[in-house]
This record gives sequence, structure tokens and C-alpha cells, in this order.
Amino acid sequence: MSFLEYAPAPESRAILSLRDRYGLFIDGEFVDGRGTPFQTISPASEERIAEIASANAEDVADAVAAARRAYERVWSKMSGRDRGKYLFRIARLVQERARELAVAESLDNGKPIKESRDVDVPLVAAWFFYYAGWADKLDHAGLGADPRALGVAGQVIPWNFPLLMLAWKIAPALAAGNTVVLKPAETTPLTALLFAEILQQAELPAGVVNIVTGAGETGAALVAADVDKVAFTGSTGVGRAIAKQVAGTQKKVTLELGGKAANIVFDDAPIDQAIEGIVNGIFFNQGHVCCAGSRLLVQENIHDEVVDRLKQRLSTLRLGDPLDKNTDIGAINSAAQLARIRELSDVGVAEGAERWSAPCELPAEGFWFAPTIFTGVETSHRIAREEVFGPVLSVLSFRTPQEAIAKANNTPYGLSAGIWSDKGSRILAVADQLRAGVIWANTFNRFDPASPFGGYKESGYGREGGRHGLGAYLAPATSRSARAARAVEASAAPAAKASPAAKADAEAKPAPAKRSRRSSKSAEKGAAK
Amino acid sequence: MTGTTLVTARERALAVLGGDPDDATLRRYLHGIPGVDAVGLEQRAAALGTRSVKTSSKAWALDRIISLIDLTTLEGADTPGKVRSLVAKAQNPDPAEPGTPRVAAVCVYGDMVPYAVEALGAAHGDPDDGGISVAAVATAFPSGRSSLDIKLADTAEAVAAGADEIDMVIDRGAFLAGRYGLVFDQIAAVKEACRRPDGTSASLKVILETGELVTYDNVRRASWLSILAGGDFIKTSTGKVQPAATLPVTLLMLEVVRDWHRLTGHKVGVKPAGGIRTSKDAIKYLVTVAETVGEEWLVPHLFRFGASSLLNDVLLQRQKLASGHYSGADYVTID
Repeated sequence: MSFLEYAPAPESRAILSLRDRYGLFIDGEFVDGRGTPFQTISPASEERIAEIASANAEDVADAVAAARRAYERVWSKMSGRDRGKYLFRIARLVQERARELAVAESLDNGKPIKESRDVDVPLVAAWFFYYAGWADKLDHAGLGADPRALGVAGQVIPWNFPLLMLAWKIAPALAAGNTVVLKPAETTPLTALLFAEILQQAELPAGVVNIVTGAGETGAALVAADVDKVAFTGSTGVGRAIAKQVAGTQKKVTLELGGKAANIVFDDAPIDQAIEGIVNGIFFNQGHVCCAGSRLLVQENIHDEVVDRLKQRLSTLRLGDPLDKNTDIGAINSAAQLARIRELSDVGVAEGAERWSAPCELPAEGFWFAPTIFTGVETSHRIAREEVFGPVLSVLSFRTPQEAIAKANNTPYGLSAGIWSDKGSRILAVADQLRAGVIWANTFNRFDPASPFGGYKESGYGREGGRHGLGAYLAPATSRSARAARAVEASAAPAAKASPAAKADAEAKPAPAKRSRRSSKSAEKGAAK
Repeated sequence: MTGTTLVTARERALAVLGGDPDDATLRRYLHGIPGVDAVGLEQRAAALGTRSVKTSSKAWALDRIISLIDLTTLEGADTPGKVRSLVAKAQNPDPAEPGTPRVAAVCVYGDMVPYAVEALGAAHGDPDDGGISVAAVATAFPSGRSSLDIKLADTAEAVAAGADEIDMVIDRGAFLAGRYGLVFDQIAAVKEACRRPDGTSASLKVILETGELVTYDNVRRASWLSILAGGDFIKTSTGKVQPAATLPVTLLMLEVVRDWHRLTGHKVGVKPAGGIRTSKDAIKYLVTVAETVGEEWLVPHLFRFGASSLLNDVLLQRQKLASGHYSGADYVTID
């Protein structure tokens, strides 16, 4: 027998107790949706997992109204310390139910269990723990004393890291004192709905977080609804549409969009670790990563050696059942995404690049794509410019650091970049000139809740993570809230002549004494659980 | 098992180095090898350690681990009786399970070699052919602090007494002082001392003592140096210095062996020694070998575990796999 054909080691699905149908999570309860329900399937086998409700515009309006009520009556009046308690509780529940969440994520998304188990879910807990700590320290968020929440945040997240993107959105929003209506991606709603159960378990006040499932129209309805903040992670096309839709309104926006990251390998790089980094950069999560290192820029004098070693390494990757603990490459998330990857790969061949795919057997059922690299790619090729969002690497070469920087920056995107070199001074000098939000040195695709993340140019605006990610859900104490401004415009009452600051104080912020009294009540309630 | 011949080893080194193996040439060569990123190396080792080896794969792995063990006793208190006990265990690791494979070798101090050879009797032979080898530590083990003449005499005596494998230590002091030429020459001289009158040669394992080299860059350079000088195996540690074998260090040495094979087509063995006590850990090493250099390296002349307590843990796991329940320390024998 071959030792390397490890015996199957599937993670048990017995830990999951899924319902057959899931409703919308509005005002603390699961309710039926008024849109046409849809099925969520496992991309690895195309088997049906559950029926998911679809929210129409009325459902979205109900969810936003619930969030508004929760904001005005409970959440905005609760002390930061008490909000933090809820967030800590959520983080601990995520840890307690980590295995269940990891299995659900791999089932619904197609990513390997070793990634959902070792990366996604631990980071979800880390994000809640991190922002839980911030909830009572908002004075230090960089906006001056007593910053205020924005109100209701409408959040739309993608399918590549379903639960992690939920955590990136919800944790800072709640810590800052906002309430939330979140729409998970159509193909990966499962873990968001399990998360809703966790919120019930944590006894988070009803309406503070609402989860509406559905397709693009649901998301559009949420962006159009009466929310104060829109946060979106996804494609640049949709991001552009959202930016147009909210232009001219008072809604604040953060967009985290596509990328075409350059991973630059200099000839003095620690070669074995660079190969690992290249693999991790583009084949992690089947390349469904907005900050994936999809353009490999290799110094020409080591190009052939790097490509050789890369091919050898890719031949050891194990593609297959996402729930098997030894799987390195899981399933492509959807038929539509697989079609897009195939189309762009065919374009690559047509443009004259040389295609090489790792020799591996693809399962008959489900959506699969073998790890693929294109060599001989030129900067003018579409596969060097467009985001493939799949396990496809384009290899380009460069001769000097200047050329590497110029090529790396020659993209409409600017989300991330990687530098591989043993020379610290070169890493710093090159990093200084790269126009990308995140730059990894001698590593790739590492995330930490304390580190801000976001892009330049068409990769979006605003930052998530760290203190900066908190700032995206806060406004300085003196600024007027959008609602307050609208209320003033509508009434044009004599009070409008008072100073804006005093008015904002009166309308947007309850008196300190009153706030602390209410919060101590809710603290007792919280402590009893 | 026999080592490679000295002539070809030296010729190969000269071809790779492009000059005589003096300090300057070796320094140019060894310092021209790409560096090691410690964080990345450790991450890769940790990732390999998460492989889940179950059922039939686990059964195969446990048996293979046993057949790759150099069962070791290296104490000041070693006696002929202790060595005989070790040899008995090596030949019959689990008396309750006659099908249990034998270990690859027993590893003893040089003066204990005659007792080991005698106790093995007909079982003495090449582990690739089902025999058990005798390995002897030599060259002023474990510190290596002695004159070259004494190191060579130490080696020649063990070979003459019947040792099939010599585990030598490099002069870490000379290596850290940048005297690569001296280290090279000593390894080459010991290699020469491994030669028997009939022209065959004992296999040479070169112990780097990675716990004293400390940095991964040093380990990588010392690995290249030892292979260039003609070592048939590179070995992590004496077991007398902490840390001894670790998964990242072993991975790094396997990467050197892989690169050497790419460069010359010649296969060199790797032996992690010291600190590997559980089946679970040992399986991580098997995974690392298989996924770095390939499965064909999981044979006694290309991979060994230097260990003593590992064997009993593997036997317990083996019993558990067969019977479905755990036994206990009294159901395996002490040696």
C-alpha cells in the first residue's frame, strides 16, 4: 500500500443537528420569509442541506425596523461594559461550538475542514474577543471622548469566509454600539443561521442582530433600507453599484472588494518557505480569497527553479472531500464560480500562457478545479489583470526591484501584496512603495483582529479590523447623526436655532445619569445568565 | 548495510563545490544557499503535524516505525548484560505478538559492540534484508572534543569489532568558528576509518547536534557540509543536549536531502534522534518524510529514529489497534 494515500479520516457530521428549513432571524426569532425559499447545497456533492427563507423588501424593512427599535430602546443605552459582556459571551459560545461550526462551514462552503477548524472558526472567536475588549474603551478609538454609534448597520457579506466575514462585520458594529441587519451570501447562509442560534443562547437582546437570507435583491433592499451604515464585502462590480446607490444619502459606507495581489519573490528569498507561501497565498481556500496572491512575480534568475519546485509541491496537495481532515483543496463554492474560473483559464490558454494543472483526480459529483499555474503570463494578459477568485496562479517575472514594484502596482486593485526576501532593508523599501492595504513579508494570508485590513483603488475603501475597523462604526461626539439631521430638517422647529452641538447632545445622546441607571439594570440581567 | 565509497563522495563534493574543500570555498558555497525563514519553517512543520493518520494507514505506520528504530542505550552505566537485554528486545519487541517487526539496529557505545554482535548472533545483518545492524557512536561522543587521531582510532576500533554503522559527531566548535574545512576533513577522515580490510565500509551517520548549532541557517549549512564530506546519513542529535530532534529541524534536514538528490541523484538518509517518545510524534515524522522527500525514503537505509522509549509506546498502540482497548506499561517489556 501507499502510505501517502492516507486512509479516509472524515470529520463526523453527527455533531450537526440541522433543521430542515431555516427562516429569517428578525427581532430575536426565526420567522418565515415572504420571498421564494431556496435550497442551500454542499458544493462537494451537490446534496441538499436545508431550505432557506428568502427575504423580500418588506422582510428587510421589518428587520431594519427591529434593529432600529433595539438600537433606540436597548443597545444605545447600554454601557460599553455590558455590550462587551455580550460579545465575550458570544466569543465563548463560538469556541464551545467550534467543531459544529467548522463542520457546517465546510459542508456549506466546500472549504477543507482543516481550514475551517484551524483558521476560520478560531479567528471568528478571536474577532469577538478582540472587539469585546474595545466595547468599554471607545474613548481611545481615535475619535475623541465619547464617540457615538452610527445607528443601524446594513451588512452584506460574501461566500468565501461566511462565518469569518460575519464576525468581521458584526463584532466591531456591536462593540461600537450599533445594531445590525446582516445578509449572508446566497450559497453559504448556514453558519450565519447557526450563529443566530448562538445569539439566542447568549440572550442577546432581540433585534440587536438580525439576519436576512436571500440573493442579490435582498442585499439591494438592505442597502436601500433605512440604515445609517452600509458595509459590504464582495465583488468590485456590486461594490460600485452600492456606492452609486448610497451616493447623496447620509449613509456611511465601507467596501472591501476584489484584489489581484502581487506576491514578489526575490532571488535571495528563503526558497522553501517562499514556495509554501506561494501555495498558501493562492491555493488557500481554493483561491476564493480577495487578498489571494494570484500574481506571482519571480525574479527572472530563479524563475525556472521556483516553477519547478512549485509544481513538485502542488503535486503533493490532496484534493477531495472537504470534511476529510487530510484534504488540502476543497470544492469550488458554486457552479457559477466554477464556470467563471474555467472561462478565465481558457482565456489564459488562448492568450498564449502555458497552463499546468496538478495531477489529481476530480470527484464526479460537485464543483472541482485542480490547482493550476500559468507560466509565461505577460502583464497585458487578462489572467494577469482580472480576479479569477479560484485556484489559478499567474506567474510573471521581473529583473529589478523597481520593475517588481512597477508591475505589482500596475493593477486597478490594491488590497494586498507579499514580499519574499532574506534582506530586511529591501523588504521595508519595497513595502513602502507598494500601493496595497496589506503587505505580508515572508508570509501570506495571515490575519489578526488587531490588524487593520482594507484596500486601495478598486479594492474598496474603509478598514476592517483593529482600532481602524472600530472607527468605521463610530462618529465623533460633536457630529450630528443622520437621523437627527433629518429630523431637524423636517421639523424646522425653533429649536433648530440652538447650537448644533447642544442639539446633538439632546437628541442623540441620553443623559449620562439615565444611561448608567439603565445599564446597571441590564448588567444585572446579563450577570444572571 | 554499507556506506558509499570515499572516492566517489570526494569527487562528487569537488564537482559540486568547484574547488578544494577549504574554509573559503566551503564558506562561499554554504553561505550562498538560500536562508531559512524560521516562522515559515515551523508553520510548515506544524501543518504536517496535523495530518490525520487512521486505521489501515496507522497500522502500516506503527509497523514501519518499529522497523526504522535504532534501539539505543548510551549510558555510562551500560554493561554487557544491559546490551544483551537490549538486543533481546530488538529481536523480539513484543513477546505476545510474534508478528511484530524487528527494529533496524541497536545503537551502543564502541566498547559495547562485541557484546551486541555476540548477542545478535545470526540475527546480525542488514535491516533492509531483515537483519539487525549494530551501530556504534564514535569520535569522542557526545562532545567530539578530542584529537582527530583519537576519533579515528575510536571509529576504527568499533568497525573492527563488527559495527555496521558509525554515528560520529561533528566538531561544533570548529563549525561555529567558521572552520568548515576542518569539519569537512574530519568527516572525510572518519569516513575513511569506516573502511574494512575487505574494501567494504561501515555506513556513516553524521550527528550535527542541532541543539548546539541553534539557528536553522546553521543546521542547513551543517547538513550540506556533512553530505558534501561523504556522510551516508545526517542525524540531528546525540540525545545528550536539549533540544534534541524537533519536527522543524528534521523537516529542514529532509529538505537538504531532497535538494541534494535533485542536484546529484544521490540519496542520503536522515535520523532524528532524542526526544521522540510517542507513536503520535513518530507518525508526524513519517508524514514529514513522505511529503517532503517521498515515500521511498521510509526504508532503513534512508530513515531512522534514534530512540529508546518510543518502541514501547508504539507496541502499546499496536496492541490497542489489534485488540480495541489500551493495555498498560506492564504489558510491554522493559529492556
